[in-house]
Amino acid sequence: MTLMQKFLASAAAATLCAGAAVAEPALIFDLGGKFDKSFNEAAFAGAKRWADETGETFREIELQSEAQREQALRRFAENGNNPIVMTGFAFGNVLGEVAPDYPDTKFAIIDMVVDAPNVRSVVFNEHEGSYLVGMMAAMASESGTVGFIGGMDIPLIRKFACGYVQGVKAVNPDATVIQNMTGTTPAAWNDPVKGSELTKSQISQGADVVYAAAGGTGVGVLQTAADEGILSVGVDSNQNYLHPGKVLTSMLKRVDNAVYDAMTAGTDLETGINVMGVANGGIGYAMDDYNAELISEEMKAAADEAAAKISSGELTVHDYMSDNACPVE
Amino acid sequence: MDLMTILQVLDSTVRLATPLLLACLAGLFSERAGIFDIGLEGKMLAAAFFSAAVASLTGSVWMGLLAGMAASLVLSGIHGLASITFRGNQLISGVAINFLAAGMTVLVAQDWFSQGGRTPSLMGGGRFEGITLPLAETLRDVPVLGPIYYELISGHSILVYVAFLTVPLSWWILFRTRFGLRLRAVGENPAAVDTAGVSVIGLRFAAVAICGVLCGIAGAYLATGLQAGFVKDMTAGRGYIALAALIFAKWRPWYALYSCLLFGLLQAVALRYQNIELGGLVIPVQFMDALPYILTVVILAGFVGKAIPPRAGGEPYVKER
Repeated sequence: MTLMQKFLASAAAATLCAGAAVAEPALIFDLGGKFDKSFNEAAFAGAKRWADETGETFREIELQSEAQREQALRRFAENGNNPIVMTGFAFGNVLGEVAPDYPDTKFAIIDMVVDAPNVRSVVFNEHEGSYLVGMMAAMASESGTVGFIGGMDIPLIRKFACGYVQGVKAVNPDATVIQNMTGTTPAAWNDPVKGSELTKSQISQGADVVYAAAGGTGVGVLQTAADEGILSVGVDSNQNYLHPGKVLTSMLKRVDNAVYDAMTAGTDLETGINVMGVANGGIGYAMDDYNAELISEEMKAAADEAAAKISSGELTVHDYMSDNACPVE
Repeated sequence: MDLMTILQVLDSTVRLATPLLLACLAGLFSERAGIFDIGLEGKMLAAAFFSAAVASLTGSVWMGLLAGMAASLVLSGIHGLASITFRGNQLISGVAINFLAAGMTVLVAQDWFSQGGRTPSLMGGGRFEGITLPLAETLRDVPVLGPIYYELISGHSILVYVAFLTVPLSWWILFRTRFGLRLRAVGENPAAVDTAGVSVIGLRFAAVAICGVLCGIAGAYLATGLQAGFVKDMTAGRGYIALAALIFAKWRPWYALYSCLLFGLLQAVALRYQNIELGGLVIPVQFMDALPYILTVVILAGFVGKAIPPRAGGEPYVKER
């Protein structure tokens, strides 16, 4: 019995030490889940890259419900994890309340701006990337009709849609863009059946390229597009490999870089607003073996030219979130 | 709106209504026998996962279907054990099943496939393909009827036809066979059935098992018919809409068909048109999504004929006091 107690005591001591020894960074995934093949998975890839390179470890949690947000944040903060990175706009309100309570902990939030001295807000210029894939979609389309399928109907997704429409119209002013949102609740990120139906509906209305910005719902969109023989555009992570030769390209949002940078900076994390765009490589489009045959020289040239113009400031893509309106439909 | 558009919306309606219909009939059998079942959602989800997982491991969609039905039956068995044998609260048991399925599917999926609670995409024989009914190609050019036959009736996966044939079958079983009479009686007055020397426990377990099989088909249809694989929480509340449809149908098979088609149509219209303009009045898509629940509340409130559940529903049967 005494031996057992010793074992238990030393085991407990070991766990305590492990918790307090160094400030491990922590990563909180949003409701889409760590392996959504998209946004959260990119965050995980970044954290993993950091862990592989430094040999250190990080803590992580996948949320199961809205109610866990504050709980998870406070738990990591109490635990001494620093910095704490979270993915998703939905953390905005919660972080605004929690951050002042832990002034010595650094937080990084992706996709949202939280105004607190110990928070780094990483925002992406998704409209720029969507503009680029919109141009490519319009050039790949033969019918002159392209589709957009969003997840939950929030300003961020409208920002994707708006950039996309601008890109399409820049190539073909007469093109029609059919826009659909999957729903208004977080369930809209995980409903591939609805994604499929929306895709079928858009195809029947003439769309031959669809762009999915819908998390797990996008899996259904890409699947149906591949089944029905039209092209699709992936989002956030490189999704070209999901259906080789059927996914035109993917709008890359380098969430992995944002997470990697935050973890590399560690406790010295620079706070404030950090904008990732085409100019600094935070946003782009995916090229690999899977889509090499789909992208013509002409398309690549046009997209690269636009990217260069956006970088230099010569071309400005309207940001939906700046005034909650889109100049084109 | 031309004929093709209407047909496409109706086609989408059929696809969306099928899982609702199967789940609704599943609930119908269970509740007619006096066992309330809010675990439809969980059973569908478990069936969706196991059908996709087994289909991807074996490459055979039929093995997948069997596995889905088996998984759903196991959950039905748990529900039966808790609420029939141990006379527990049926609602709590149902909720437990929903939670169990939501957590278990992702956990097992992660352990088997390491793709974050998903199954690999199904290829070829791992999916139910749409079947073209005989003469569909030849009759396609016949005006009006041809396109209706080709677009709307032909081209669905076999489970859709199974679901629609289950409706008359359920009606026949429930209202034209001895088993059906006893099953309904056990939901209204189990003591009378017991007095007649028929096993209440046995009948209720039989009803719960039928419920499991139907939920299994519904889940398999979601994962292997409509989609090519399982994604976590992919039932997205369809089990609850099926329950609403069941109340809307007042626990009758044919009405279940109509109410599921109606709810499917509402979804299909909401998916096709983001906002509908009716004479200057814009109906937002959110309203269409909420309409099934609103209609159910209206029915429950007794505005459009009263919905009376089976009298012994929710009550565990105690033989002697």
